Amino acid sequence: MTAFVEYLLTGVSRGLVFALLAMGFVFIYRVTRVVNFAQGAFAVFGGFITYSLLRAGMPQGISELLAVIAVALIGLVFGIITIVGEIPLLASLVITIGLSILSEAIGMLIWGTTPITYSGLAGHDFVIFGAFIQRQYLIIGIASLAVFVGLVYVFGRTYFGKAMSACASNPYAATLSGINVKRMGFIAFMLGGALGGLAGVLITPLSPITYNADVSLAITGFAAAIVGGLASPGLAVVGGLVFGIVEQFVAGYWSPSNETAVALALLVVLLLWQSRWVRLGGLE
Amino acid sequence: MKLSESAGSETTGSSQNGVVASDTVLATFDLDVRYGAVVALEGVSVHVGKGEMVALIGPNGAGKSTLLNTLSGIKRPAGGRIVLNGKLAHVPEGRQVFPELTVEDNLRLGAYRGGSRDPGPMYELFPQLQRLRYRPAGGLSGGEQQMVAICRALMANPDVLTVDELSQGLAPLVVSDIARHLVELNRQNGTAVLLVEQNAQLALNITSRAYVLENGRIGMEGRSSDLISDPAVRAAYLGGVR
Repeated sequence: MTAFVEYLLTGVSRGLVFALLAMGFVFIYRVTRVVNFAQGAFAVFGGFITYSLLRAGMPQGISELLAVIAVALIGLVFGIITIVGEIPLLASLVITIGLSILSEAIGMLIWGTTPITYSGLAGHDFVIFGAFIQRQYLIIGIASLAVFVGLVYVFGRTYFGKAMSACASNPYAATLSGINVKRMGFIAFMLGGALGGLAGVLITPLSPITYNADVSLAITGFAAAIVGGLASPGLAVVGGLVFGIVEQFVAGYWSPSNETAVALALLVVLLLWQSRWVRLGGLE
Repeated sequence: MKLSESAGSETTGSSQNGVVASDTVLATFDLDVRYGAVVALEGVSVHVGKGEMVALIGPNGAGKSTLLNTLSGIKRPAGGRIVLNGKLAHVPEGRQVFPELTVEDNLRLGAYRGGSRDPGPMYELFPQLQRLRYRPAGGLSGGEQQMVAICRALMANPDVLTVDELSQGLAPLVVSDIARHLVELNRQNGTAVLLVEQNAQLALNITSRAYVLENGRIGMEGRSSDLISDPAVRAAYLGGVR
């Protein structure tokens, strides 16, 4: 029972981080139709930048906030490089692969090849049903839930959110209504950067990151996003939770070395299953 | 409000050009539009007066939609000049609502460029949209979606409304109902309308003037009532219609 609770809670918590990454994929895809392969790099930059700011003596909360803002700006720059002008969609996809490789090179040059980590916000770990839960898991839960609520509000209630959804829904009609779809694409990349950056900031205290951690993060995030056909932020959260929980149970009851293999197998099964009822919007 | 768009080498605004009458809300001069090497429009000159209802008829592929897309700024002309005195809003072919968004959100987004976002006046124009206001627009019937598309364009408070294929895919009764609303709107608000229509009979019945576009050129123009009895027009576009 104790182990079960521990695996479940850590699984939910890591799942929320995957959900943040997955939503980054979704928001960028919905507005620009680009699958952003550099999404994992946002998380890596988030962890690295927080690490450096902490080393420079900045307070924890400020460092983490600044790191998220910095990665949002990186996202904006990546977005401009990826979709500016009349770049064909396929070329944009390849550009994001290039940006992901470039990010690894930059990460290696600045932060080296040894894994880096930092401790999360100070405070005691706590015990639920006899299971020791690190405080960072609770922080992840609070931070990601706050983000989800914020996004639900922005997209469900605000005029700006509706305009962004309109770009995803029908770019041609959005343009006719005077919405600058290209600029919305840039904003989507910025949002994807912020979400990916936050994921990295939150996960680094639990699993040390290296310059090339972006690929596995991107794969898990993509797998979670594909649950909703890359189009639904809500289903991306569900996907993230499924992957997080399965990963922890596999690692706990079976072997940690199998967790990636199981995640990928699950991805294949999900793809086969959902290809029967969800079409990738716009890619038919 | 005075807007002037120019293409090609000419950059003259309407105010500097005596050719544009003061009661003109929209005019084109020798407009050329190309898709790569393919000429879609050549030397097209049309004008729409303030509060006027004008039809643009012609066969498939004549360039009618191209002209409207150029007027609304989606397609850039290769040459010629467009003069716009006021605001233009476009009701695109196939209605193009935002299917996942509610009717009300669809309407509110029509005011994205500015102005009031209150959809109230639209519910007065098309009362049946009021009870559908919180439904996703994608679930509406074709006729209701056409109303949403028209109202979304009207939310921009335009001086001229361009409508692409009002009747496409709609039942005749629905079409005549929407067409009646359009005429009413034109009379009450003085909104000018440029109507592109496959159904020439309908278009000529509700407009005062019309252009016939053939192979990217204006083939004929005149009063709708004259064109409707013109033998050539009858043979080409009203064939089989009494």
